[in-house]
Amino acid sequence: MKKVYVDEKWCLGCHLCEYNCAFANSGCSDMVKALKDIEINPRIRIEERGDVHFAVNCRHCEEPLCVKGCISGALSIQDGAVFVDQEKCVGCYTCILSCPYGAIMPAENGVVQKCELCIENSCGTPACVAGCPNNAIIFAEEAGA
Amino acid sequence: MKYVIIGNSTAAIGCVEGIRQVDNEGNITLISNEPYHTYSRPLISYLLYGKTDEERMKYRPDSFYKDNDCTLLAGKTVTSIDPKGKNVLLDDGEKIPYDKLLVATGSRPFIPPIEGLDTVTQKFTFMSLDDAKALEKALTPETKVMIMGAGLIGLKCAEGIAHLVKSITVVDLADRILPSVLDGEGASIVQKHLESQNISFILSDSVQSFAENQATLASGQKVSFDVLVVAVGVRPNTGLVSEAGGKVNRGIVIDEKCRTSLPNVYAAGDCVESHDITIDENRILALLPNAYIQGETAGINMAGGEKTYDSAIPMNAVGFFGLHVITAGSYDGEKTVTCVDGRYKKLIVKDGVLKGYIMVGDVRRAGIYTSLIRNRTPLDSIDFDLMKENPQLMAFSRKERRKMLGVS
Repeated sequence: MKKVYVDEKWCLGCHLCEYNCAFANSGCSDMVKALKDIEINPRIRIEERGDVHFAVNCRHCEEPLCVKGCISGALSIQDGAVFVDQEKCVGCYTCILSCPYGAIMPAENGVVQKCELCIENSCGTPACVAGCPNNAIIFAEEAGA
Repeated sequence: MKYVIIGNSTAAIGCVEGIRQVDNEGNITLISNEPYHTYSRPLISYLLYGKTDEERMKYRPDSFYKDNDCTLLAGKTVTSIDPKGKNVLLDDGEKIPYDKLLVATGSRPFIPPIEGLDTVTQKFTFMSLDDAKALEKALTPETKVMIMGAGLIGLKCAEGIAHLVKSITVVDLADRILPSVLDGEGASIVQKHLESQNISFILSDSVQSFAENQATLASGQKVSFDVLVVAVGVRPNTGLVSEAGGKVNRGIVIDEKCRTSLPNVYAAGDCVESHDITIDENRILALLPNAYIQGETAGINMAGGEKTYDSAIPMNAVGFFGLHVITAGSYDGEKTVTCVDGRYKKLIVKDGVLKGYIMVGDVRRAGIYTSLIRNRTPLDSIDFDLMKENPQLMAFSRKERRKMLGVS
């Protein structure tokens, strides 16, 4: 299946992926309304230090420790991608304890959120990838797949 | 192939999903003494708190048994295992034959032998959905509750019912709350937070005797209450395996494939001893993620696949009234502590690897630390000074990062 991959050598550290992610998951159709004067809480995050920058989001692991450890059954794998059912989630943060990439984070509503490859929102294809100006984030088939 | 699973909780469900990764044909029968669709046990406190309901606390969808082509015998108790005849006996006299058996019997509350406990009319434990329902029925806005035990179960219970009752007093023999999870400093932050929610604590003290609605403590202090919750610990349900001649220490003894010493009998979850890699010793790790992975490992092996589980560590994520705590590993080693604005973090290093950590308040990206413990990552292979500041992938080498994030 196709996943989001990151090549840090092309990342400019512009943070556009964070804004595109926040917008894609806002449920709004107007980017200004969705993001203006709001501290965004995107599901993809840039790490930066000196001249190194890169984006981190869910790796949709083949053996996801977050799903195996989820106490409520809110996290599940569907067709190879990891989803969170925020209705079932109780915000215990066992997934935050488990994720080796630090790619699951608290949402505003006391539960958790994560990258769902824009499958669940209106984009249909990852907004971070579509908006990356330097092709540092790509949507590609897994190696060997 | 006939698979039988004793249990219907996390390890049992992990086993079903493990079996079905390998074998889509074999018959799977789950036997549970509870009359319910599989539900998440740790969610009973969230149920009383109002953060979930019986429908949403189902651990798997309604179609789970059908989707996985398995049969649930609910409300039945297994009374013995016959490893030679390869069958289990139910309380109604029925014999269920198996080719491969999983024992996922979990644990039960420990009830300490305290003088006069039998005179307490309103006493409860807090492990199962029925426990939670019974407790909730007994509570009114005028109820004074006493909870014995300031561990995870006792405190999650306190959080769950605080809005339903007049007062809660928690008593524990230890000098701090969450004694098996937190150090003194972390515990005091969490304790203050709980006290601000009208929960009071009596620590370093224990109940000497009960007389109906009053407890007399070792210090001489008397505590009166309407409802008592006993949450001083749990004991693994090992009886079926030990009576069948299987090896049991404190928990059922299993190997890396989750096999017991009995042929064709596997075990997983709170009833077994796990190998804690941070101290290189066997101990009971009654933790949900551990139960799932053991169950899944057992299932894959039962179905003829190959799977080992050799990276068990203690770990806990828990929140109380919005204050989050995440801990993992063991705490013997060189310590680095940071404490800013009520956010507390302690990292424990020994033999060149991260052995454990405690995070209170700010728990973001904690799993990066957990993976250092689980993978026994040599700390000289990463920028550990940077990692100490915050869990981050920047602390790994560019090459490692490429493996994590790039197209391999």
